[in-house]
Amino acid sequence: MGFLDTLLGRTKPVPPNLDALFALPSAAITLQAATDFQPTGTGSVCFRAAEGKAFSDIEKDVRDLLNMGQGKTSVEVSLDSYGFTWLVCQHTGDDVEGLVTDLHAVNSSLELGGFGPQLLCTILSFRDSPGRRLGLVYLYKRGSFYPFAPLGGERRDSALEMQVRGSLGADLKVEPDLGRWFPVWGAPGL
Amino acid sequence: MARTRYATDRGLIARMGATMFLLGLVFCAFILVLFFVLFEYQRRRAGAGGDNGSSTGLIVIAAVIGIGSAFASYYWSDKIALSASGARLVGPQDSPAAARLHGTVDRLCALADMPKPRVAIAPVQMPNAFATGRSSKVAVVCATQGLLDRLDPEELEGVLAHEMSHVAHKDVAVMTIASFLGIVAALLVRFAFYSELFGGGGRGRGGGGRGNSQGGAIPIILVVMVVGMVTYAVSFLLIRLLSRYRELSADRSGALLTGRPSALASALVKVTGDMARIPTRDLRAAEPLNAFYFAPAFSKRAGQFSMSSIFSTHPPLEKRLKELDKISQQLSR
Repeated sequence: MGFLDTLLGRTKPVPPNLDALFALPSAAITLQAATDFQPTGTGSVCFRAAEGKAFSDIEKDVRDLLNMGQGKTSVEVSLDSYGFTWLVCQHTGDDVEGLVTDLHAVNSSLELGGFGPQLLCTILSFRDSPGRRLGLVYLYKRGSFYPFAPLGGERRDSALEMQVRGSLGADLKVEPDLGRWFPVWGAPGL
Repeated sequence: MARTRYATDRGLIARMGATMFLLGLVFCAFILVLFFVLFEYQRRRAGAGGDNGSSTGLIVIAAVIGIGSAFASYYWSDKIALSASGARLVGPQDSPAAARLHGTVDRLCALADMPKPRVAIAPVQMPNAFATGRSSKVAVVCATQGLLDRLDPEELEGVLAHEMSHVAHKDVAVMTIASFLGIVAALLVRFAFYSELFGGGGRGRGGGGRGNSQGGAIPIILVVMVVGMVTYAVSFLLIRLLSRYRELSADRSGALLTGRPSALASALVKVTGDMARIPTRDLRAAEPLNAFYFAPAFSKRAGQFSMSSIFSTHPPLEKRLKELDKISQQLSR
């Protein structure tokens, strides 16, 4: 924010950075190679639905678009306790690229409609053989990723997150500021 | 190129710019007049052969104390506000209410791409919220227990988005700089008054200057007092005006951030509606913090223009609701 913006008390909504999302498929492969974690084929986009008809029209279009695709995709919409909307896409576990393409379709529809600033994050979920859960969270406004490993009772497995950060560091732009690794408890699809 | 739904409120920006320009003008006029008066004073005193340090000394002392107190209130704004409101910093694991507050702030920070401020809860039943801190790194967002109890998640989010806009706009810094001049002018008036009360005799002994150079010590100190008073009055009104404009822009930025202007509007109605039923003792205790709050603890009866509306730190409820309504229409277009 510039000096003039401060002086005049205005903040412009931050536009999302969409392209970095396509780094996810290769990161998923790296993660499979370096750890036991496999993609579950579930990915979700989280956004803050704005009020009014303009937004609900776009949201409906996005849902129709995703449901129209090949039979192996299924889309669910859910609302979390903070009032954010989650679009959960389910593909087969090995089709990370198709999943990311679907997620990107959501982003670009919202952005074309002028609601890019409403995008919060996207999560690609992983699981290892003991059943531990891991999400790779993409922050649209930072254009960076971070791992999120929820345990029961709103605690997170920080050691695992650090380990994943270590193995992904070369492939992904991992969020350097740990203060921005905000937890997404109860994220649908994770 | 994707379209944007963000539209600048040019009218508001122009009015805010004009207010700041006027404040700067008052500041310059204040200094010029002061210098002119002192120069004139010294010229006459030099002619009369008396001492000339007292007024200059007063002004220097007032400026030093003014700068000192403005800096202190700027630098420790977070600690001052927290201790004045009795609020306590909370972590996400402290209580369910704290977890909800943290979760909401987390998401707003991710939406707005800003560093996370610290989060505090004030154990007060009056529903309100404030944000303070000189930079976004040490900023604190505080909600009262009453606010957490009464608002639903979307309304709470609207209120917090408003507060975090204050942080993003660096309102503590802007308002401190803006009110600095008022502090100095007020101090000057007070010092001039006391020195007139207690120091008048001393100057009388100092020389026969008072008699032969018409307009000696007493008129000069009076002139300084009058200049200080006028400056204080004008800058006070301008600062309040600026504060109201900054509230409106925080409303605006907050509503655009969440995409839900009407949630913020309904929170405003709830908060101000509840406020009227709060016992007076609570209100009085909350008064010093007024400028930081989401809605002022003192509110006049709605619907009529009165003198109090030009003295208040916050715009009237109707004005704020009307502006939010405009944003709502913009969003659904």
